[in-house]
Amino acid sequence: MEEFEPRIIAFLCHWCTYTGADLAGTTRQQYPPNIRIIHMMCSGAVDTIYILKALIDGADGVLIGGCHPGDCHYQTGNYKARRRVGILKEIFHQVGFTEDRIWLRWISASEGKLFADTVTQMVEELKKMGPNPMKKLWLA
Amino acid sequence: MAKGKKAEKSRDVLVVGAGIAGMQSALLLAEAGLQVHLVESSPAIGGYFPLLDKTFPTNSCGVCFMSPLPPAYCPIYESELHENIRLMTSSHVDGIEGEPGAFRVSVTQRPTFVDPGKCNNCVSCVEVCPVEVPREFGGGLEKRKAIYLPFPQAIPRSYVIDPATCTRCGECVKVCSPGAIDLDMAEQRHTLGVGAVILGLGFEPFKAELKGEYGFGRYDNVLSSIQYERMLSFSSPSRGMPVRRSDGRVPKKIAFLQCVGSRDPSCGQTHCSTICCMYAMKQAMITKERDPEAEIALFYMDIRPMGKDYERYYERTKGEYGIDFRRSAVSVVKQLQQTRDLLVTYVTEEGSFREEQFDLIVLSVGFTVSDEVKELAQVMGIELNEAGFCRTEEFAPTQTSRPGIYIGGTFREPRDIPETVVEGASAAAQVATLLAADGEKGVRDKVYPEEGALGEGPPRIGVFFLSRGHRLSDIFMAEELINHVQGLRDVVHGEEILVNAPSDGFDRIKLRIGEMELNRLVVAGSSLRTLRMDFGEMARGIGFNPSLIEYADLWEGCGLVHPQGFSETTHKAKVLMEVAVERARRLEPVKKGSSQISRKGLVIGGGIAGLTASLNLARQGHDVALVEREDELGGNARHTWYTLKGSDPQVFLRDLIEMVEGNPKIEIFRKAEVKHLEGSGGNYRTLISVDGQEKSLEHGAIILANGGKEIKPHEYLYGQDSRVVTQRELEGLIHSEDERIRDLKRVVMIQCVGSRDEDHPYCSRICCGHAVKNALKLKERQPEMDLFILYRDVRTYGFYEHAYSGARDKGVIFIRYDPDRKPQVISRDGDLTISTVDPVIGAKVELAADLVVLSTGIEPNDNRRLAEIVGADLNADGFFMEANPKSAPLDFVDRGKFFCGLGHSPNFIEDSIAQGEAASMRAGVLLSVGEIEQVDHVAYVNHRLCCGCGLCISVCPYGARFMDEEIWKAEVMEDVCRGCSSCVVVCRNGASQQHNFEKATVMAMVDAAVT
Ligand code: FES
Repeated sequence: MEEFEPRIIAFLCHWCTYTGADLAGTTRQQYPPNIRIIHMMCSGAVDTIYILKALIDGADGVLIGGCHPGDCHYQTGNYKARRRVGILKEIFHQVGFTEDRIWLRWISASEGKLFADTVTQMVEELKKMGPNPMKKLWLA
Repeated sequence: MAKGKKAEKSRDVLVVGAGIAGMQSALLLAEAGLQVHLVESSPAIGGYFPLLDKTFPTNSCGVCFMSPLPPAYCPIYESELHENIRLMTSSHVDGIEGEPGAFRVSVTQRPTFVDPGKCNNCVSCVEVCPVEVPREFGGGLEKRKAIYLPFPQAIPRSYVIDPATCTRCGECVKVCSPGAIDLDMAEQRHTLGVGAVILGLGFEPFKAELKGEYGFGRYDNVLSSIQYERMLSFSSPSRGMPVRRSDGRVPKKIAFLQCVGSRDPSCGQTHCSTICCMYAMKQAMITKERDPEAEIALFYMDIRPMGKDYERYYERTKGEYGIDFRRSAVSVVKQLQQTRDLLVTYVTEEGSFREEQFDLIVLSVGFTVSDEVKELAQVMGIELNEAGFCRTEEFAPTQTSRPGIYIGGTFREPRDIPETVVEGASAAAQVATLLAADGEKGVRDKVYPEEGALGEGPPRIGVFFLSRGHRLSDIFMAEELINHVQGLRDVVHGEEILVNAPSDGFDRIKLRIGEMELNRLVVAGSSLRTLRMDFGEMARGIGFNPSLIEYADLWEGCGLVHPQGFSETTHKAKVLMEVAVERARRLEPVKKGSSQISRKGLVIGGGIAGLTASLNLARQGHDVALVEREDELGGNARHTWYTLKGSDPQVFLRDLIEMVEGNPKIEIFRKAEVKHLEGSGGNYRTLISVDGQEKSLEHGAIILANGGKEIKPHEYLYGQDSRVVTQRELEGLIHSEDERIRDLKRVVMIQCVGSRDEDHPYCSRICCGHAVKNALKLKERQPEMDLFILYRDVRTYGFYEHAYSGARDKGVIFIRYDPDRKPQVISRDGDLTISTVDPVIGAKVELAADLVVLSTGIEPNDNRRLAEIVGADLNADGFFMEANPKSAPLDFVDRGKFFCGLGHSPNFIEDSIAQGEAASMRAGVLLSVGEIEQVDHVAYVNHRLCCGCGLCISVCPYGARFMDEEIWKAEVMEDVCRGCSSCVVVCRNGASQQHNFEKATVMAMVDAAVT
């Protein structure tokens, strides 16, 4: 059987993580192609419905990348993201979905390597978890 | 340099050194509309900045934020990208002639042997290069080849060859597919005509091997703090973990040794390097975070965290992080042969010798000036001081001895990042003032052609693949990809264009826009960061609205980073293109509005900082309104009669007031205060009351310069016994030759009165200096007098250290006390006695004295009401709170509001001057822009859906929202909005949206990305 290849949707903030991903590219850090990046202005711009939609439509994991605490270019966007994701995870937990499919990470513009490593690691973890059942459950 | 005819007048500026100070100066001047040549001797810009993963006191990354108009990228990118900055790396200045306003400078650019326009970062050259040497970046901890990228985030992002180590074997030339390497590249010489020069030359870390007893260079596990900083960076080979070089183990016991190459006459370094205490604490904290089990000891003489919020940082390091601070001098470090552990011999405060074993030692190296900089100083014709740093006058902190040449940052004196940023701005203010004199207008104003009615009809999307270095077919199944894209909805054209630089393909695109009537573009190219900027500008240049372009990163974001091969990468590329096309279909031509700025500045507070800010702003060509609460200008400085560095503040103040009063652009309001402020950055309206009469002012920027005051002590019998006075009172007594100080036998000074205690948990920074200053004055008058200073830590940072050692030489006796056992002042039968416990000998000391002097701290004026009126934040200690403590130390979050002086934090006069100048520059840049342009993605409200709940108003970090009370719907102030999306996410009705990041747009992108 063909190996399961998870699909990750990543919402990356323009100022830090997106630039970090760019740096991963310019320094040729290799990472698996399972990730599709959506460019956002700030991690605080990521509405929970984007995350939900991605997961319900069949993504196996969602990565939200923002500036480190204290570094958000819009003052507090990353704190908002942190709270939002925290609540979402809590709800997931309550209704019996695994919350480990949602990753929130702080990756700065200079941490290209960290970005590549994060993606690599996330793909590995998701492979262990197997495909996301949400889509099926939703349609059923 | 060849003598020619006289240099011509120029409004260009030369900035030498692209470190933190240099970049700050360059960016501000460029933003103000001047052309800047930024010359850097190393192959990449940034100075020591890229080394710092985390900066104190916030321990946040802080690489970003430094541009004048936040939010922005990091200063390094900004400097590279700014249209008014011409970057010259690997270059040095080798001659200058002329005078202020008209210099001629010759610059030599060394060959890098790699053409950055052709290099595609493929790393093949590095793989074949046989030469390996230590990498300069990070103190030689890692290796590099003779052809190399200076460090991962290097800007310009181009490989260079180091001719000193290259063997010219030619292997790299053979493997370079774009043919970017030319081993015969010659050096280039340029002659620049500039009006002024700023030197941001920075420091060189002290060479730790000169302190042979610590074994640096001989023992693997002794690192310099520069190396350790690198090791703690996430991008280091150990991924930020501390490791021993001898065996790769994570060290369990680590010692930090302070003052290596500072405060040490034995190696000719007598000054204090100011920031080593702080960076060592930072490194210790990070170490603890990475490995909570690590045991860390820090050996020091005095601990000197005297910046804003630094004392709390120190307390945290001690308390929360459990770092063991030891006031002891380390005499020698020995390596144990077998284990490579290190044996430290040190002398405790009481004078006994101890030995202890550690796994790793970090030497906190001080700041020096490199030989290269000293040579350059000679070329420039500027004077250096005894320590080898640049000589400046105390009250003109950023002026060198040669008119027209200015400096900022650590080349003046060792200092931290906020001060460096302030000085960078202060130097820029000098230049702006100098070059504004002829009243010309900046080159800022640009005219773009009218935009056509693009984007209005149904979408007609053109997709362009820009291939540089690699062709599409090298990495993807090109045909399949292009066909796929052409089949997507609304795409009418798709094509690959081979380019040398990102900007190359634009002519072709322009042609196609006309031919195919394209009204939206998707550009797939590399390194989007630059692409977005370049393309946006070019599109504007032909009247194509840049908001109608979407970008996709097929190279750095896909093809070049996935090892999986053709079919996977092609598949991913298709998805990325679908996502981009989905967004492109929905793009709207956002018309960027702009609003005129009222070109006037309002300065509140007529002390040194406020006067300086007013004068400089006026000299930059702007109108100024200066509001002072009292009847008289001058503030605190009126009570300062002399300074530690020997200048006369009264003369300075008198001249300053004269110049302010005589400047026709400045209108002074005495006995006045602010009542009300409304409006937003660029356009404020303020109500002031002047001697009871109300007056309304319109202005574009506001600078708060209402200072602080000496804390009134309520201990040590102050106010009860007339022989107990404060330092400021003593200064007055000395100045007026009061008889109370005529025949003193013994004087005792007590430090930290009202500082570093519960009520004022911060260090007031200036009191140690003041005590030393007054002690020296008293000793000068009566050398035989006994003088004791009871202290906790002596914080005479930078060159003030010289005065401290001078005082000790003159016989001033320093006795430490513990805050738990404070000294007691007792008045008995008319005699004044001070009793204290000397922790060194553990015994009680009783001193009879004729005069007790309290070194009282500084507290801010009560600014709560003003802060409320103006909409500014205060920190826990009542000082103004900055937008970012590192990079925007004088800015409030709101654009257009700035502050300086004692309201920022306790400071010496020279710092207040630098801050006043810097604030005037920050404000001046805004005022000279003329109009405020909106950001790309401003928010808007769909009134049909708005229910008036007000959530968006409370969530907006910039106060850009308000309720239209007539219809009870939320509204956006477009020139205040910075497009962060907070309001979009929080709105439950979908009424709040952001242009081109509408919820529906993002949802469509998610849709495309998942399938
Ligand atoms: S801008 Fe990066 S998280 Fe807000």
